[in-house]
Amino acid sequence: MPTMSLTVSILARTCHNDQKANYGSLSRSSHGVRMKRSDRNLQEQELSNAELSRLLGLVGAERNVEAFETLFRFYSPRVRAFMAMKTRDALLAEELMQETMMSVWNKAAQFDPARGNVSAWIFTIARNLRIDAFRRKRPVFDENDPAFVKDDAPPADVELEERQDAELLRQAMESLPPEQLEVIRRAFFEDVSHSTIAEDMGLPLGTVKSRIRLAFDKLRTSLEGRR
Amino acid sequence: MKIHHHLSDELLLEYASGNLSEGWSLAVATHLALCPECRRTLEAMEGAAGALFDKIKPAPSTSSDSWEAMKARLVAEEVTEKRPPVPAKRSPDHAFVIPEPLRSYLGGDVKDLKWNALGRGAYQIRIPTADKDTQVRLLKIPAGKPVPEHTHDGREITLVLAGSFRDGSDIFARGDVEEADGDLLHTPHATEGEDCICLAVTEAPLKFTSWIVRAIQPILKI
Repeated sequence: MPTMSLTVSILARTCHNDQKANYGSLSRSSHGVRMKRSDRNLQEQELSNAELSRLLGLVGAERNVEAFETLFRFYSPRVRAFMAMKTRDALLAEELMQETMMSVWNKAAQFDPARGNVSAWIFTIARNLRIDAFRRKRPVFDENDPAFVKDDAPPADVELEERQDAELLRQAMESLPPEQLEVIRRAFFEDVSHSTIAEDMGLPLGTVKSRIRLAFDKLRTSLEGRR
Repeated sequence: MKIHHHLSDELLLEYASGNLSEGWSLAVATHLALCPECRRTLEAMEGAAGALFDKIKPAPSTSSDSWEAMKARLVAEEVTEKRPPVPAKRSPDHAFVIPEPLRSYLGGDVKDLKWNALGRGAYQIRIPTADKDTQVRLLKIPAGKPVPEHTHDGREITLVLAGSFRDGSDIFARGDVEEADGDLLHTPHATEGEDCICLAVTEAPLKFTSWIVRAIQPILKI
């Protein structure tokens, strides 16, 4: 195999407003601007959701190893950190990270680049593997079940809106008061109950619950504002 | 169907983060199957987790080359899921009362169930889970009758699947969920006209290991 150079297109940023068309043309001509980036840069830099979606789309459509390598270098240190928070075991965290990224590779075709939030999608894969690793069960609904109640919200422009969700959420999260953000961060990453979070933070459980409610009221409002 | 009583953000966040045990999760997932509004909140929560994921302090690899190991696996392993699964055909003439995932836990829909009498015309089916901390039951309460065994301590979630019940001035119908904790004193009654079928998840009764405590437990009603 020839030496791999990281291929990161910066075109996606400039064509942000017409992401879908951009995705189509890029997947045909494969790559735009080539530039090498070191591991460290990629870990700490923020890739836009549009760029991450494009890369994951390439993995799904044509099993593009270079696109996957970029995703791997960006996400693997994050998934490893997420796993290590629960396991406190570096080897196990590494193994669970590898499983997560293998799942990303295998399921990439199921990801719809026009609709999804890549980081949220990868979080759910990592979360589910962490649940499996600890032999817990998490029942889930089935969208294909005849008894499943579909969303009858008007379908017009849903795709456009969903594409903007990741960016809207990111902005809304940044505007949350730090004490609300901290409660949510702990709830997602520390794998403990809300009462444990309350104890650790020296707060009454009621305060933790109200911070959760306030934070999601705000996030919901920011998402509804676009409709 | 319009759902008026939704999951609380706290409960949904526990489910979204993967920290909710199986018994409670069964009620949450079954409500989600019926409630597009809560599914949108769940999606927003997973989006929030994604945004936090981007900001997480990266943990550098301890092994020499993590990517080389990954690349070797990509070559070695066949792609198992290339295309999204084709959705199963819907059969519009077949209406299930109980949605997934609950239907699989029960082994069938309402017409297939074998109920156990609970007294005063009420029936129940215990639903086994691997979760030791919760007690999960499907209840059938005759129209107009109180929801049985309703003195409880600790958390409780009730999800209505058929009929409805009244609690104070609130009416809970199909898809509605009521969350209660030990502080709430309430006596829900099935509304007149139709039997009420609901999923009830409660904290498992405390089990004392000492035979003395066990012997006096019924007397003290603890």
